[in-house]
Amino acid sequence: MTTRAFQKIYTKIDNITKATVTLRASGVGNDELATVGGKLAQVVKIMDGNVTLQVFAGTEGISTDSEVVFQGEPPKLRVSDNLAGRFFNAYGEPLEGGEPLEGEAREIGGPTVNPFRRLQPSELIATGIAGIDLNNTIVTGQKIPFFADPDQPYNAVMANVALRAKADKIILGGMGLTNDDFLYFKSVFENAGALDRIVSFVNTTENPPVERLLVPDMALTAAEYFAVDKGEKVLVLLTDMTLYADALAIVSNRMDQIPSKDSMPGSLYSDLAKIYEKAVQLPNGGSITIIAVTTLSGGDITHAIPDNTGYITEGQLFLRNDSDTGKVIVDPFRSLSRLKQLVIGKKTREDHPQVMNACVRLYADAANAKTKLENGFDLSDYDERTLKFAYDYSVKLLSIDVNISIDEMLDTAWGLFAEYFSKEEVAIKEELIKKYWKEA
Amino acid sequence: MKTTGRVNGIISNIVIVKADGPVGQNEICYVRTGGTKMMAEVIKVVGDSAYVQVFDSTRGLKVGDKVEFEGHMLEATLAPGLLSRNYDGLQNDLEKMEGLFIARGSITDPIDYDAEWDFKPLAGAGDKVSAASWLGEVKEQWVDHKIMVPFTMTGTYTVKSVAAEGKYKVTDTVAVVTDAEGRDHAITMVQKWPVKQAVRCYAEKPRPSRVMATGVRAIDTFNPMAEGGTGFIPGPFGAGKTVLQHAISKQADADVIVMVACGERANEVVEIFKEFPELVDPRTGHKLMERTIIVCNTSNMPVAAREASVYTGMTIGEYYRSMGLKVLVMADSTSRWAQALREMSNRLEELPGQDAFPMDLSAIISNFYSRAGLVRLTNGATGSVTFLGTVSPAGGNLKEPVTESTKKAARCFYALSQGRADSKRYPAIDPLESYSKYLEYPEIREYLDERIEKDWVDLVYEGKTVVQRGKEANDQINILGDDGVPVEYHERFWKSELIDFVILQQDAFDAIDANCPMERQKMMYEMVIGICRRDFGFADFEECSQFFKGLINLFRQMNYSEWGSEKFEDYKRQIEAYLNQQTTK
Repeated sequence: MTTRAFQKIYTKIDNITKATVTLRASGVGNDELATVGGKLAQVVKIMDGNVTLQVFAGTEGISTDSEVVFQGEPPKLRVSDNLAGRFFNAYGEPLEGGEPLEGEAREIGGPTVNPFRRLQPSELIATGIAGIDLNNTIVTGQKIPFFADPDQPYNAVMANVALRAKADKIILGGMGLTNDDFLYFKSVFENAGALDRIVSFVNTTENPPVERLLVPDMALTAAEYFAVDKGEKVLVLLTDMTLYADALAIVSNRMDQIPSKDSMPGSLYSDLAKIYEKAVQLPNGGSITIIAVTTLSGGDITHAIPDNTGYITEGQLFLRNDSDTGKVIVDPFRSLSRLKQLVIGKKTREDHPQVMNACVRLYADAANAKTKLENGFDLSDYDERTLKFAYDYSVKLLSIDVNISIDEMLDTAWGLFAEYFSKEEVAIKEELIKKYWKEA
Repeated sequence: MKTTGRVNGIISNIVIVKADGPVGQNEICYVRTGGTKMMAEVIKVVGDSAYVQVFDSTRGLKVGDKVEFEGHMLEATLAPGLLSRNYDGLQNDLEKMEGLFIARGSITDPIDYDAEWDFKPLAGAGDKVSAASWLGEVKEQWVDHKIMVPFTMTGTYTVKSVAAEGKYKVTDTVAVVTDAEGRDHAITMVQKWPVKQAVRCYAEKPRPSRVMATGVRAIDTFNPMAEGGTGFIPGPFGAGKTVLQHAISKQADADVIVMVACGERANEVVEIFKEFPELVDPRTGHKLMERTIIVCNTSNMPVAAREASVYTGMTIGEYYRSMGLKVLVMADSTSRWAQALREMSNRLEELPGQDAFPMDLSAIISNFYSRAGLVRLTNGATGSVTFLGTVSPAGGNLKEPVTESTKKAARCFYALSQGRADSKRYPAIDPLESYSKYLEYPEIREYLDERIEKDWVDLVYEGKTVVQRGKEANDQINILGDDGVPVEYHERFWKSELIDFVILQQDAFDAIDANCPMERQKMMYEMVIGICRRDFGFADFEECSQFFKGLINLFRQMNYSEWGSEKFEDYKRQIEAYLNQQTTK
């Protein structure tokens, strides 16, 4: 970064911890950027004349006489149309060389959209995956994470969803992405010929973890540019938010804050909400939809990270290995899209809500039958039929490798109903039964 | 002379100010940086340093920036024109803000100072009055909005004059009252009240004695809410807290509804913005929005204002209660408010209590819940604030500080269960865990005897017992197997399923089923209890489950049919025939 005339330079650091430095300085603004021994840092605390800076790349090698240069402004991203098709690091600097960005420099982590100016999300995003479209329909302006164990193919599913979603721009925010996964995303987007509508901000496992804290704000500042200024439909992919939260915990720990549940900072809810709430349906037709990944440890959703996430996002998509069919499915019990009510049966066929509920209810009956079986009890005829239904339902609808239209999903479900159940057992409104029941 | 100060330290949204004069706890001040002016509240004073929480982003704030102290606490503006408005946590009107984004330091008037109201006097010269006495009224929407002696005026006064009937602005003097020392006080239609203090201008606060219908069967029939009562809804995410709250806000038998969206999702508030102006309140025929006030501080809005939002909402509720109205205040979610307290306490480096929440959390919560209640006003009229809060327990575990503290303070407990939500049994109110203390009140018992029928409460307990026994029978079936238990166990289990499917479950998204009036609830419940009392004597468990599945299906169709319609009656006949067929077998 170039040095400007009015910049204040200090060369006496008082305290150094693993992530922060403290020095006496004046005229410094909160949240302001600075470089400490050439490394980028941000003001996190000012007390009397003492300014504490968080050094993103860590303080290794910084000495008490390292040069501290304040830049007089918070982190910014230069926004313009030529963001498209490019890859950046957490600071918004182009990876793999290329020309530096031009355009207006905007503060990242900017203000909140006035809730009164928001529109109600109402446009369906079709993904072809029935576990999503049929059971947990996603809508533009929604924020929804995948809850998945680290061994599940969440990045592949997310890439699929992104490419099928017909978004004007896809913005990838990669936090702690392995280099392999980063290259995977890159090649999938390239092969789909979609590179020109993709912007990526990537912090890989090779970069310092604290840098990750900038990635979501960078990605969302770019998203706001395309959605607000250009009226585009923007899809933001954030992976993996668990690693982001871990970075928050590191910083809060270094700043001697009292940890709350699971060693996470007490402000975790607000910190995550600030990111996810950027999802919005705008009056100009533009929208920001956020699909994120929160990796779980052993499927535990009561851990502070998935738990706080679940309270913020509009549902969650739960990936699970179905041992009966050998497929990875979108779990119909633990998954939920809160905004589906806005489109199902309205933008989709009228029977959608009831068919969806009936499927899940019958699938729950199958789960009970399975428990009975495991406990060594005889199964009733109904139990047997629910188990057969569950197998087909899992393979033909819940599996993530399904790619069909919503009408086809509904027809498939009616087919399964007729094959295994009587009309009473399915218990759907009579008008719909009359219209859609398929005699087996 | 106002006290002023300079910024001396910044930790996130806590700013330490060196003050040059006296500073009060919870006093409001404004911090100036660049061209903007941000509101803040004093939360701690050490020597000449005031710790203030800024209700905005402190980005760019510098040591040495100017601060002005206002000499009063955070206040709500109370006047005609609050209904239908959408406020942030500090009562700024969101609709009046310009631009797509909320700019830092956006301050807008909570009411229209230019609007004129048709004033009608209610008091006359010579009347003895005190705080909250009615002096006159204006029509706000369809509500008779009383113009009162300001709540802050202590002692008794004599009315000197009241303005004649006519159009006035809120700032015009509509009455003059004289105090004991003979000084005159001019009264306008607008007054201010510090939000963190309870309004206590009433004669007494009796025990609640009426039920507030919500149209939700699992609440009204099983665990009724009292008018002026308190309740809370804890539940893990995805259990349907918000859907339930919205249903109640649409259907509750109240004159004024204050919805506090406290640290929750913006899209949920947008749903209210969009739906309420269109939906009609079946009781009055007016649009829902006409009786609703929204205080909205979503999760991404400043944390400190989130804490203020619940108090702002409650103060507005108390204001309308003083007019003799039935007010329902709802907050979604009080856990976010508690978390805001935690963030502050953490930054102040206070010694933490359990889960890093402040030690006095329990006291703060119970103090807040105690502001609700039925009151008898000084003129004999009654008004009420019913408060219903949601709690978002971390990890769905009800043994956490916010849930436990709230349980001590609230009288109704509507526990949403993950298990019910997973099997899509909505509303997921757990019939065995949940309770309403009001069922034990002799006053409420009497009221239900009169309003529904004699000994209704006993009937409710009978249903609860059926559900309890059904659960026990089901546990046995699961342990011993379908064949390992007598058929009666299956019958017991299926009777509880009947109550579950027909009474407890309700489709909040179906136009008809969503709102079930008391009359309909009574009829359905009595039909179901009648069946539960019968002895069917099934040959085997298959016959039993087949029978009840068929029966439940008919009842569900009935729930989806319009009350009293041909279809409804037809299903009723079908159910009777179905039952007769079984008994004559």
